[in-house]
Amino acid sequence: MNTPAVMITKDLIAQHNLTDDEYKKIVEILGREPNLTELGMFSVMWSEHCSYKSSRVHLKKLPTTGPRVVQGPGENAGVVDIGDGLCVVFKMESHNHPSFIEPYQGAATGVGGILRDVFTMGARPIALLDSLRFGGLDTPKNRHLMKGVVAGIAGYGNCMGVPTVGGEIVFNDIYSLNPLVNVFCLGIAKKDKIFLGTAAGVGNPVIYFGSKTGRDGIHGATMASDSFDDESEQKRPTVQVGDPFQEKLLLEACLELMAGDLLVGIQDMGAAGLTSSSCEMASRAGNGMELDLTHVPRREPGMTPYELMLSESQERMLMVAKAGKEDACIAICRKWDLDVAVVGTVTGDGILRVKDQGKVVAEIPAKSLADDGPRYERPYQPPEYQDMLTNLNYDLLPDVKDANAALLSLLESPTIASKRWVYQQYDHMVRTNTMVRPGSDAAVVRIKGTNKAVAMTVDCNSRYCMLHPYEGARIAVAEAARNLACSGAEPIGLTDCLNFGNPERPEIMWQFVLAVEGIKDACEGLAVPVVSGNVSFYNETNGLSIYPTPMLGMVGLIEQADQTMTQWFKQDGDEIILLGATREDLGGSEYLKIIHAREQGSPPLLNMDAEKALHECVLALVRGGLVQSAHDCSDGGLTVTLAESCFSGQDQKLGAVVRLAQGRIRKDAVLFGESQSRVVLSAKPSHRQAILDQANSLGVPAEVIGSVTGARLTISLGDVTMVDVPVATLHDRWALSIERTLNQE
Amino acid sequence: MNIGVVVFPGSNCDHDCRHVFQDVLGQDVTMVWHKETSLTGLDGVILPGGFSYGDYLRTGAIARFSPVMKAVKQFAAGGGMVLGICNGFQILLEAGLLPGAMLRNKSLHFICKDIFVRVENAATPFTSGCKPGQVLKIPIAHADGSYYTDPVTLAGLQANAQAMFRYCDQDGRVTPEANPNGSLDNIAGIRNAAGNVLGMMPHPERCAESVLGNEDGRLILASMVEGLKKTKRVETVV
Repeated sequence: MNTPAVMITKDLIAQHNLTDDEYKKIVEILGREPNLTELGMFSVMWSEHCSYKSSRVHLKKLPTTGPRVVQGPGENAGVVDIGDGLCVVFKMESHNHPSFIEPYQGAATGVGGILRDVFTMGARPIALLDSLRFGGLDTPKNRHLMKGVVAGIAGYGNCMGVPTVGGEIVFNDIYSLNPLVNVFCLGIAKKDKIFLGTAAGVGNPVIYFGSKTGRDGIHGATMASDSFDDESEQKRPTVQVGDPFQEKLLLEACLELMAGDLLVGIQDMGAAGLTSSSCEMASRAGNGMELDLTHVPRREPGMTPYELMLSESQERMLMVAKAGKEDACIAICRKWDLDVAVVGTVTGDGILRVKDQGKVVAEIPAKSLADDGPRYERPYQPPEYQDMLTNLNYDLLPDVKDANAALLSLLESPTIASKRWVYQQYDHMVRTNTMVRPGSDAAVVRIKGTNKAVAMTVDCNSRYCMLHPYEGARIAVAEAARNLACSGAEPIGLTDCLNFGNPERPEIMWQFVLAVEGIKDACEGLAVPVVSGNVSFYNETNGLSIYPTPMLGMVGLIEQADQTMTQWFKQDGDEIILLGATREDLGGSEYLKIIHAREQGSPPLLNMDAEKALHECVLALVRGGLVQSAHDCSDGGLTVTLAESCFSGQDQKLGAVVRLAQGRIRKDAVLFGESQSRVVLSAKPSHRQAILDQANSLGVPAEVIGSVTGARLTISLGDVTMVDVPVATLHDRWALSIERTLNQE
Repeated sequence: MNIGVVVFPGSNCDHDCRHVFQDVLGQDVTMVWHKETSLTGLDGVILPGGFSYGDYLRTGAIARFSPVMKAVKQFAAGGGMVLGICNGFQILLEAGLLPGAMLRNKSLHFICKDIFVRVENAATPFTSGCKPGQVLKIPIAHADGSYYTDPVTLAGLQANAQAMFRYCDQDGRVTPEANPNGSLDNIAGIRNAAGNVLGMMPHPERCAESVLGNEDGRLILASMVEGLKKTKRVETVV
């Protein structure tokens, strides 16, 4: 071992975001002081981003198994069996920190990273969805962030030829300094052709392929494990630069490599680059690996082992080939104009040994680096202000007077308004599978060669989660499953992307622990396994944290693609049926925020049994061909749901006349409250009785509330007409709101 | 018929074209790697959409130097039917097989949505299944689709009925509002003077199956298959 050329000082350790205790553990593992390269490798692998040191003890509680689960968490992506010898491979990941520093490249490389996670498993990516959070569009900075992020997603995804078929965007000033960019990707693979990131077989060659290694993105994982302050703009060099064309070549090369009998294991070089891919593959197989950096393709001369091991240059892969298959692998990579080199061998001693120019520059047990990072059971307790948030005296808030105006305000609020300006910039049709495009409850793609289709949705109401992390997380799971049910799909798996503030603060940790509990209970209740996920902590700037945002991506299976359902009304004369009960649930609603400027109260009550019965009912009705449309009732409540059902169809806008009973609850709660477990259906009058009978047999409240007719949306409460607006007016406000705001400069 | 789908590095509608000709229209499809120098045995050629060479430099500007393009030129010169869709159209322009050039969309954004085009010339092998003036709903997905050419060339295109499709509204009116990208004269697709090379920005392969909710694109692709059956092509030996 060469002597460290750089003295490891206390400052240096702190710069690497390692605590004194963590450093002591490193010395203990090595039996000596690390050199600079080794310190860098430990710092990235033991960063929050790579090691999940604050979250792992809690994530263990999530249900991860089920009859369809082929691969749960721990690999590059989760794998779920859909029959016909096929699997869906999916995962969601965050790219929040880089997207704030450099929105275009941050978002673009977020797309690139999640695509690699999926095709590394042997799957061809067929769909992307995005969950985005921005501050209000009234500031130039927030508009700049949104335009940059959308352009970055478009620039990368479009070029890759993977359709961006859906997603959601919420605007709240709490995200002004910490926007969220969460990207979900789903691919299709043959069940017997799933590839894992494993370096099995001592003596097998380790091959690097893809782009050359440069000096970009060094310490990206460490940057993503820290909070922001006013100096954060200076962290721009830690953001990677993406090249989607290179990634497209990498995708095709990978799938061609996998089609042959050439590979043992493969992993992409994501966060922590060559370090993470090498030590994780070795550790999974219980092996070691010897790398010779001399052969690593590089963009510029003079790069140090430290830089080579920590670079997060994009579009790079590491594969372990079967011995003797090197030339075949190299030929395929060359066909696709990729850089490729044999850079090492699998060893049996469990050590990741890195050489450069004949000298050993790092020597670390692979398992220690990959799996033996610190685990923290961080203290947690609710913030002192929590009760103030939930205690809201509704008597102080006057009931709605002008419901027309309230409805129009809600429809043009950017969270509810049409996201057309965004999704028209994404190619959402390439691969010719898209059956339900962006703008319905869930996106649906058909699976070629089968009669099946897959529905996908991403959901999280972070205001609910802020008000009550446990209930908010449960509702997020329930809403995702409800969106799938409305599309005619049965949920088969979930991926989570948990965005939170600084876990070293007990109140943030409290939000995290409760949210994980909520996801766990809801997933168990609905029998949906969590198969992959990602945690993004430190979404905090100058001490201000984001709302807890446990984003969920849920995947559902539609056995018969022709039984796919959409949310918009189809035909004049159809009846409108409301499934589920309406309570006085105004807490945390979009209505309270937009009309009363309050983000307070308790989130709506969720009864999981009622929710489950509702899904069963909706699925039975859709499969039985009894309904024409089904739309989940969520942001903005029943009135916004009805309005969306009127105008969100591409080809026609239809009116509706709705009569609601004036119960004992507030008018605004009836019209705009966000009671859970509700779905608005439309159906031919001849199916009315069958629908009511079906609902009745499952104990789901069901009521005919009106009919599809005319060109206005009219809603009366008892004898009083509350809403009466031409659908064209509603549509105009909703459809053009975001465009108008963004075009104002 | 045996239809060749050319695969450039960065092509991403190549699989979609294979699927539609093979699985929907029941033809043989051969994937042609861009380094091929011969198209022997093929009845027709598709240049698919995508981002050949990442759209770096200029759309289609690098792809036109791919070895296969020499063979495509010969194939076209011999009367073979060539259809370029989206990036394929851009490559045909850059290669000089069709006149004109593509500018950035007027909005400067990538646009993906359904648009309407009017069939301006139904008396061609690419459109024989359409009625004159028929309105088709077909999706577009591009950032550089604003067709441009000089006035003399434009007059020539009009005089020879080479402007095959023009952006229009649902009722077939060719208006500025119906023009999604700022194309000159609302042009969405043109053919060469001989009539055997067609370039179009809309994607007919994306709307050729009922499961996707729209089959208008099938009219064009099925016309091409019929056209191939009737076309007598002269093989030029390299």
